[in-house]
Amino acid sequence: MTTVFDPGAEAARATGAILRDTLHGAHRGVVVDSPPGAGKSTLVVRAALELADAGRPLMVIAQTNAQVDDLVLRLAERNPELPVGRLHSSDSDPYDKALDDLPHVRKSAKAGDLAGLDVVISTAAKWAHVKGVEPWRHAIVDEAYQMRSDALLAVAGLFERALFVGDPGQLDPFAIVGAEQWAGLSYDPSASAVTTLLAHNPELPQHRLPVSWRLPASAAPLVSDAFYPFTPFRSGTGHGDRRLTFGVASDGSGPDRVIDEAAESGWGLLELPPRHTPRTDPEAIRALALVVRRLLDRDGAAASERAPGATPLTADRIAVGTAHRDQAAAVRAALAALGVPDVTVDTANRLQGREFDVTVVLHPLSGRPDATAFHLETGRLCVLASRHRHACIVVCRAGVAGLLDDHPSTEPVQLGVTVKFPDGWEANHAVLSHLSEHRVPWTP
Amino acid sequence: MSLITTLARLEAVDTGRAQPLATVRHRHLTDRPLVLVPLTTAGEAGAPLGALVGTDRDAPRLLIVPQPRDRDLRFAFLAELADIVLPYIDDHAQDVGTAERNETDPETGKRVKVEVELCADAPQLIVPSRAGIDLVRLLGRSMRFRRTAEQDPETPHPAPPRVPLLGRWLTHYGERARVPGSSLLTALTDVLSRHWATGQSTLEDQHLGALLAWIDPPEGGSGAEAALRAELLRDARGQLVCPPAGPSTDPAFDNKLLAPAIERYDRARTALAAAEDGVEADDRLGELTAAERHIRDLVASRTRPTWDAVWHGLDLLRALPEGPRAADRWTRDRWSFTGHRDRVLAGEPPQPRRDDAVTAANKLATREREQARLEAQEALDDPLVMAGRRLAGEAFAGEVTDVVMAYSEGKRPSPRPLVTVRTDDRPQLGDRVRVYRSLGGKPQTAEFVGYEEGDAAGSPPARTSPGPEGAPDPAGSPGLPCPGGALVVLRVLDKMGRGKEPEPGSVPEKGDLLCYTLFEHEQRGGAKLPDPEDTPWTHGGPPGETDAAPRPDAVTDEDVL
Repeated sequence: MTTVFDPGAEAARATGAILRDTLHGAHRGVVVDSPPGAGKSTLVVRAALELADAGRPLMVIAQTNAQVDDLVLRLAERNPELPVGRLHSSDSDPYDKALDDLPHVRKSAKAGDLAGLDVVISTAAKWAHVKGVEPWRHAIVDEAYQMRSDALLAVAGLFERALFVGDPGQLDPFAIVGAEQWAGLSYDPSASAVTTLLAHNPELPQHRLPVSWRLPASAAPLVSDAFYPFTPFRSGTGHGDRRLTFGVASDGSGPDRVIDEAAESGWGLLELPPRHTPRTDPEAIRALALVVRRLLDRDGAAASERAPGATPLTADRIAVGTAHRDQAAAVRAALAALGVPDVTVDTANRLQGREFDVTVVLHPLSGRPDATAFHLETGRLCVLASRHRHACIVVCRAGVAGLLDDHPSTEPVQLGVTVKFPDGWEANHAVLSHLSEHRVPWTP
Repeated sequence: MSLITTLARLEAVDTGRAQPLATVRHRHLTDRPLVLVPLTTAGEAGAPLGALVGTDRDAPRLLIVPQPRDRDLRFAFLAELADIVLPYIDDHAQDVGTAERNETDPETGKRVKVEVELCADAPQLIVPSRAGIDLVRLLGRSMRFRRTAEQDPETPHPAPPRVPLLGRWLTHYGERARVPGSSLLTALTDVLSRHWATGQSTLEDQHLGALLAWIDPPEGGSGAEAALRAELLRDARGQLVCPPAGPSTDPAFDNKLLAPAIERYDRARTALAAAEDGVEADDRLGELTAAERHIRDLVASRTRPTWDAVWHGLDLLRALPEGPRAADRWTRDRWSFTGHRDRVLAGEPPQPRRDDAVTAANKLATREREQARLEAQEALDDPLVMAGRRLAGEAFAGEVTDVVMAYSEGKRPSPRPLVTVRTDDRPQLGDRVRVYRSLGGKPQTAEFVGYEEGDAAGSPPARTSPGPEGAPDPAGSPGLPCPGGALVVLRVLDKMGRGKEPEPGSVPEKGDLLCYTLFEHEQRGGAKLPDPEDTPWTHGGPPGETDAAPRPDAVTDEDVL
């Protein structure tokens, strides 16, 4: 007897188990691994509502102010009556102005003002300053894999039990100074919060969300194989469920052909001739900008399970991802020069957690003479390759495969540190070999 | 490596001489640093072979271990080292001034000013290269848990009296050296390569002789060639003319000179032990002394060139005026020194083998804050460093072309003047990005409003760049301006006083030449972490009792293979 994989039922089963452990389990913590686009935010909102319903005062810890504001808005959308506290910093403009329109959301820079509310939400950095309050019965830690162990140390005294949710495949937290002296210690302050938590509490239940609702059927297998080899996931949609079409026919140029390839197969690699370049490779940046320009000019339309009638592919549904901030700045300038406003251009770090229809990515190793640990980091490529609902176009100089072969990972092995699989080298090769099937050489 | 460093290195290759990376000295140097040039024995971790040490460049003290595998001789060496280093430390520990510090009053819980002691100066330890710092750390670790006969009469191998204390100090210095910008314990190669860029790799810069050859080549010569000679030139006996700065020695020296000398010493010692009467013993003692002197000469011949090179390097550094904010960082070093002095005086146990969770997190937070502080302070102290930040789009300089008075909305309007700056730099400004300028030593904040439509000379960047068919911008960032510069409009946000009218001098005026940075000038202190005894369950709970004398590792199957 063959069982048909029903993504909705699988996801519901996983969510049910998570909520059961969170609300009624015996353990102080529950860890949830969520691959890209697997409904992590939905889970957080749902768990928050159920905990509030059960009458347990809840604190929510997110990592950035944007994430906090987003969660507050989602909670208010699901339950406009719920009393929510937004704890914010005392800087000017500390929160999204949209929160001012929500009558049941109270905002304050002092935790004392928000006492007694069902849910209080803030960033880890702000929570760290809260002292001398009654601990919360429950906490939800969002993006826990991007939170550093020392940040958790600063806030863990504020709650009794917690639900930790995050994506283990994204970028690890980093320190701007060397932290090798603590490598291998269970509480290495530069490690991720989850690593430390599990090192000290290995008995905690760990769950996994099995279905990515964001990634299309063309992307989920590659991202799952390359970045989550031991914890595979599936896409929630089938091959026919999403379509990307263009009203204007291709003009035969490189950008147009790579757009057509990506629309057809979900992936496209626009390959420039090999060359060692500065980080802000002018030709590659221009190619990126041109691809974006053509995406908009060609009257794209995206049809998906959410909106079976095609929705136009507008600038806010497109993102450009880079490895470095100066590259992002250069792309923004190049787009402005082509008269393209409103397209999100950012680094992998800042694109974490975001979702678009089409992404255009500058390969982190494009044009480089060397492959450093930074550029090989698995999470960086994973973030860049998993932000899209329809298609991902990678712009890259030729010769990266050779570069990888010349630079095997040389990071020293640290005793007591769990080796992370896959390493960036392996993941880069996996992605590259898949992309090479969708290669379009650059012709302006 | 930043773009400006890459350029400096290329220029160094081109000219054959090191190029300056700084116009001021970014590390404090005391008037009387203690220089330590250590050597170790090959094949055994942290076994000292000898050292030149002292504060007087003409009269270093030479210490040696004639048989480095003999633990008693090693202890004797460490005891001698303690007799030199500890008095030097004590000199500084006793010379105290007072300072004020904010502390939380345990009764009221309020922040109050407390008068505390602060040492007037701190002892500064200079080693030739980064490997020297590692050795200091290793020596510290190997000594601080030793027990003296006085502490524990039962201990099987008691250490000489002051050795554990030296271990604690060296440990403290080794830890402090990990704090960015600190200069209690400094590797000369690190400081020199902070101030000069050579045409060789950063790894090669750890060779003190080669590094100095690039910076200060012999009269009229090429630094590149002199550096090559320093690395490779050997004399008739096959020995390096410029011995490595250590602590490792050259294998040719080990094999051809050191090994026979130690063998001779061992033979003489065995012979002396076997002497049957006083006359014979006298003769054999003479041979032993001669053998030891031979080793002394050998160690002196390998350390003295490095010793002189270190002082030469210090001379070069002293020729640069000290950056104004380096003194601020040195004050932090003095606090660090005074703090450890107080812990030693209070009879606290030695630093534990491993940091607990809270200590580790605190150290990491401090170092990250100091790293950010260092980067900001170096740029503010030094136009050449600032030029690097400007080139990277993290700062911009220019002339104020227009100032328009404006006010904030609200019940009490505050001044929020709009300042237009013309700059040739290409800052990475985004919507409402904060920028800072130094106003009387304090940062004044402004926010980016937009680019102004240009006059004849300048235009907004978005409109002037080549179209898609244009040639690629040779400077690497397509779409950015432009001859004549961009006009950046900023809104000044603070430091203008409380009144409706800004205080005089607090608002830029037309014609002012200003430099704005996109990075903050001062670092905020982070949140206070819990006390170690309140370590939460996520981090394993409170640490157990600190075991002052750690137990040896358990014997495993591998140990008895």
